[in-house]
Amino acid sequence: MDLSVHIGSLRLKNPFIAASGCFGYGLEYAGAVDLALLGGVAVKGLFLAEREGHAPPRIVETPAGMLNAIGLQGIGVHRFVNEKLPELQRLGATVIVNVCGSTIDEYCEVSRVLSDAGGVGAIELNISCPNIKEGGIQFGCSLTGTFDVVNAVRKVTRLPLIPKLTPNVTDVASFARASAEAGADAISLVNTFLAMAIDIETQRPKLSNVLGGLSGPAIRPIAVRMVYECRQAVSLPILGMGGIASAEDAIEFMLAGATAVQVGTANFADPFIWTSLISGLDTYLERHKIARVSDLVGLAHGPAKAHA
Amino acid sequence: MLIDVAAEVIANTRLSSHYNVVALAAPEIAARTSPGQFVMVKPAHGFDPMLRRPFSVFEVLRDAGGRATGLSLLNKRVGVGTSLLYDIRSGDRVGCLGPLGRPFVPVDPPADAWMVAGGVGLAPFATLTDALVARRTPMTLFYGARSAADLYYADRFEGLGARVVLTTEDGTRGEPGRITAPLERALAAQPADRPVTVYACGPTPMMRGVAAMGRRFNRPVFVSLEPVMGCGMGGCYSCVVRVRRAEGSHFVRSCLDGPVFDASAIVWDALPDGH
Repeated sequence: MDLSVHIGSLRLKNPFIAASGCFGYGLEYAGAVDLALLGGVAVKGLFLAEREGHAPPRIVETPAGMLNAIGLQGIGVHRFVNEKLPELQRLGATVIVNVCGSTIDEYCEVSRVLSDAGGVGAIELNISCPNIKEGGIQFGCSLTGTFDVVNAVRKVTRLPLIPKLTPNVTDVASFARASAEAGADAISLVNTFLAMAIDIETQRPKLSNVLGGLSGPAIRPIAVRMVYECRQAVSLPILGMGGIASAEDAIEFMLAGATAVQVGTANFADPFIWTSLISGLDTYLERHKIARVSDLVGLAHGPAKAHA
Repeated sequence: MLIDVAAEVIANTRLSSHYNVVALAAPEIAARTSPGQFVMVKPAHGFDPMLRRPFSVFEVLRDAGGRATGLSLLNKRVGVGTSLLYDIRSGDRVGCLGPLGRPFVPVDPPADAWMVAGGVGLAPFATLTDALVARRTPMTLFYGARSAADLYYADRFEGLGARVVLTTEDGTRGEPGRITAPLERALAAQPADRPVTVYACGPTPMMRGVAAMGRRFNRPVFVSLEPVMGCGMGGCYSCVVRVRRAEGSHFVRSCLDGPVFDASAIVWDALPDGH
């Protein structure tokens, strides 16, 4: 079975990508997983400079999910390029870098540094982190903001450009359209849902940041719906995510319209999940006599739509 | 090397209505475990709970020939995951990933090794004791709990040659009060030319107190922290602890840079008491 997919000019050997924020800089997992087996590795979000992140507690487990408010702790793009990227390349990883910014200029500068570095497969634009005040979501929650940041970064890089959309909007499909009009090569969705948990004994919020982002199987049906809506709105490849914990979950996203999928929270519980995802997808394709995984994309929209 | 096994539960020994010891058939992990390392445990299939829980390896279990046959976990029932582990039955399978984290470095004679445990904080000291016995390092275990019913395995440590000092908050066994009181007296009485290394694990206020004594009496203190942890692999950045560096301080992941830290490097005021 042919598991390869294309995201713009980037070919992935299979559709399974480790989701940004859930896989460190990839190298943390190199002892457990052959990074070259994955379709891609989306590394933790990077600003120009290093960032501290929020005080702990940073996560709370909730039914079939978890809240996080990490605050984009990170080493900054320059240290990433010098200290992490060469080793990721040596290990054969297809590297997708999640790019953050407090301003449009910062998004552009980080993207420029990554383009110049070489060895980066694609840029995922983080315009959707719910946990920081400056940057990110202020662009992702406004149609003009989304257009402006994608359009500006488009002018400084030829790398495949993938805005990561937030689900914390009324009509996510309109943000997919804004991304397409601004020159994106693909979109990824969903980032986490803004959420909260309160300790009823201390009567205080459980996260130091008060609010956090909900991920995990609890959000999966909503994420599938949003991928489905975006597929109807745009013809760009979609990187679908939100609670994927098995090959079957991933297939559901593909049928909704995702060309590739990202797996995050489930990797925390099972860092060895990747081989079972790949073999599960392969078995499914064989059982349904589908030669290429790309033929699955969007089938839930009906045959006419899927083969249009 | 990192190993993940669906380990069979060999035994579940209930110590009280809240504490139990679970023995797992995970010989490959046990054989590679250094003192103070931890495993990430998933007590049940499914999504509630979804994440694994970190546990210090309590004992490395061995057969008559000294070969590792498994490991045990000292569990305190507090939430969903630890309740499942409290109720688990022999023959059940438990996801067990490890060994993980930076271990304790056991000190050699002529130094004394003083271990300070608060409640379930006893967990990392059985493996450390084994390593100290092998080095013939003189050991003292300072072990405090709420009540006599919460003090376990003191005999086991005594049997291995450790001097054991006990305290209970309600005075039902050992000295009444907190374990930091006899520790402080012992530090004050220790001759300056007798080196001693202190190892501590327990509630944050206790470890903060032990760290302060280490500074005051100029003795090295190593602590094993038990923060909330999402993955144990460095992926989630949830288990961060603020440490001092040459320039200022910053957050490091306790799963990779810990769980054992030099107490003098930790910014104690930044550590939540819930740890």
